[in-house]
Amino acid sequence: METYSFLRQLADSWVLLVLTLIFLGVVAWAFRPGSRGMHNDAAAVPFRHDDAQLPRHNDPRTKGDGND
Amino acid sequence: MSYYLRGSSGVLLLIALAAIAFFAALAAGWSRDVAYMVHALIFMTVAAGLFVWTLRSLPVGGGPVLPPEAPTGYMDGPVRAGVIATAFWGVVGFLVGTFIAFQLAFPALNIEWAQPYANFGRLRPLHTSAVIFAFGGNALIATSFYVVQRTCAARLWGGPTAWFVFWGYQMFIVLAATGYLLGATQSKEYAEPEWYVDIWLTIVWLSYLAVFFGTILRRRERHIYVANWFYLAFIVTIAMLHVVNNLSLPVSIFGSKSVQVFAGVQDAMTQWWYGHNAVGFFLTAGFLGMMYYFVPKQAGRPIYSYKLSIIHFWALIFLYIWAGPHHLHYTALPDWAATLGMVFSIILWMPSWGGMINGLMTLQGAWDKIRTDPIIRMFVASLAFYGMSTFEGPMMSIRAVNSLSHYTDWTIGHVHSGALGWNGLITFGALYFLTPKLWGRREMYSVPAINAHFWLATVGIVLYAASMWVSGIMEGLMWREVDPNGFLVNSFADTVDAKFPMYVVRALGGALYLAGGVLMVWNMWMTIREPRTAAIATPAE
Repeated sequence: METYSFLRQLADSWVLLVLTLIFLGVVAWAFRPGSRGMHNDAAAVPFRHDDAQLPRHNDPRTKGDGND
Repeated sequence: MSYYLRGSSGVLLLIALAAIAFFAALAAGWSRDVAYMVHALIFMTVAAGLFVWTLRSLPVGGGPVLPPEAPTGYMDGPVRAGVIATAFWGVVGFLVGTFIAFQLAFPALNIEWAQPYANFGRLRPLHTSAVIFAFGGNALIATSFYVVQRTCAARLWGGPTAWFVFWGYQMFIVLAATGYLLGATQSKEYAEPEWYVDIWLTIVWLSYLAVFFGTILRRRERHIYVANWFYLAFIVTIAMLHVVNNLSLPVSIFGSKSVQVFAGVQDAMTQWWYGHNAVGFFLTAGFLGMMYYFVPKQAGRPIYSYKLSIIHFWALIFLYIWAGPHHLHYTALPDWAATLGMVFSIILWMPSWGGMINGLMTLQGAWDKIRTDPIIRMFVASLAFYGMSTFEGPMMSIRAVNSLSHYTDWTIGHVHSGALGWNGLITFGALYFLTPKLWGRREMYSVPAINAHFWLATVGIVLYAASMWVSGIMEGLMWREVDPNGFLVNSFADTVDAKFPMYVVRALGGALYLAGGVLMVWNMWMTIREPRTAAIATPAE
């Protein structure tokens, strides 16, 4: 019963606050200045790699240029 | 395959398969019940068959001097197999569903000589598991393997592991289905399979996670496309839900019966924490992964707002996991827990509609495609049903509404408008998108047949949902009707009698939906079997 009451109080006070703040932080991060270019680039990902021939770059994390 | 059987790995696989076949044979001999024995024999047969197959694909000593090369390019074999399995299990699941709908209207269809195997009680979990896990699950596995490769520009990680995931999952389906018919069930809704089937699914699911996550780690794109976030959330959460909800102790290691670790209200809460998140993460997050890839692809334009998709994702993840207790209003569950579930269910309306708007608005500037492209029309109708059922669901989770709707057919109607409308239609759209691509055809064999399928399915869903609204609300009102002296007016049998016409309409709606599925299978068959000369090479982009 002691554990139950403790967890119950913790859950609807501090943990609730922390989770809410994390969520708001995630939303704020999505709207940060300068995210637009990155988001436009990410939204175009499905249109880049339909060919079965995979790109063979040395750097595995190259940013696609949108026409390969 | 021989590439992966070089050196000692082929021999080790042979030893493992021989051991599995041997111990499965022992288990079949010592089995305590029929279901367990049949399942042990299935394991034995499959392991023995694989043993022979592996033996025959071992690289021959003194054979080709050149070592076999590692395969390159996208790995689409498991995706093709998954597309076929999705269509097959879909039709099986719809057929069983339609049959049990007729059983409810005409109880004589619980045929005497087929008892106890083909009564409603055993066929009903067969239907739910076939449509959710066999049809939906195969669709999710196949599309996730397709999407993760194309959005990461990487081949599936883990070589033949993807094939293990595909066949292992089919094995799970067969074990679950035969188990239900033979009476092995732990009586947890959507988690009926017994302990050893649960363990098998855990092994398959962790392999699935490894393949999917391994592919993401191999990606050649800097950013992980949002569809993969949804797929990954689906895979991880289902693993967690499955393990916790299935914590049970087998009575005997040679029998199918097991006892749950949780009891009473804790067990009920765990079950509906699982049950509602099966809806939230299997039938919503996973299918949203499909939505975020196939809708932009078919519309030929990127998703309306990438920011909105990020917020959609995190809001869904943060909220859904708390909604389960709304299944337990007016029970032994503490009021605060039920209220918590209710509040989070209502807040969930926001991200759900955000996602729906994001999908629909992707068509901005291309609205004419709804008229000209039946696949886009399926996606749009699917999103519309997603919006409708995610409005209906939060409403039904409100305690006062729930006191009318709970235990009635309204719930069944709600589930089916989501499952047939949202999950079904988006899967059909994805199958129509994938089939020509995977088999190198320009388009489906018959585009008018896609259109016919769309209308059969839509009219079927409307008949189903409308009849269940009428039936459910009538039932709820009849159950609570009291005379001036405070006595209940209707007996339970009165409501059953009054529901007959609605049950017939519901079964007809199911028959239309099934007919659409059969039409799709014919269309896919003709597309795949079409002579290759009709195909055009994929143009280099």
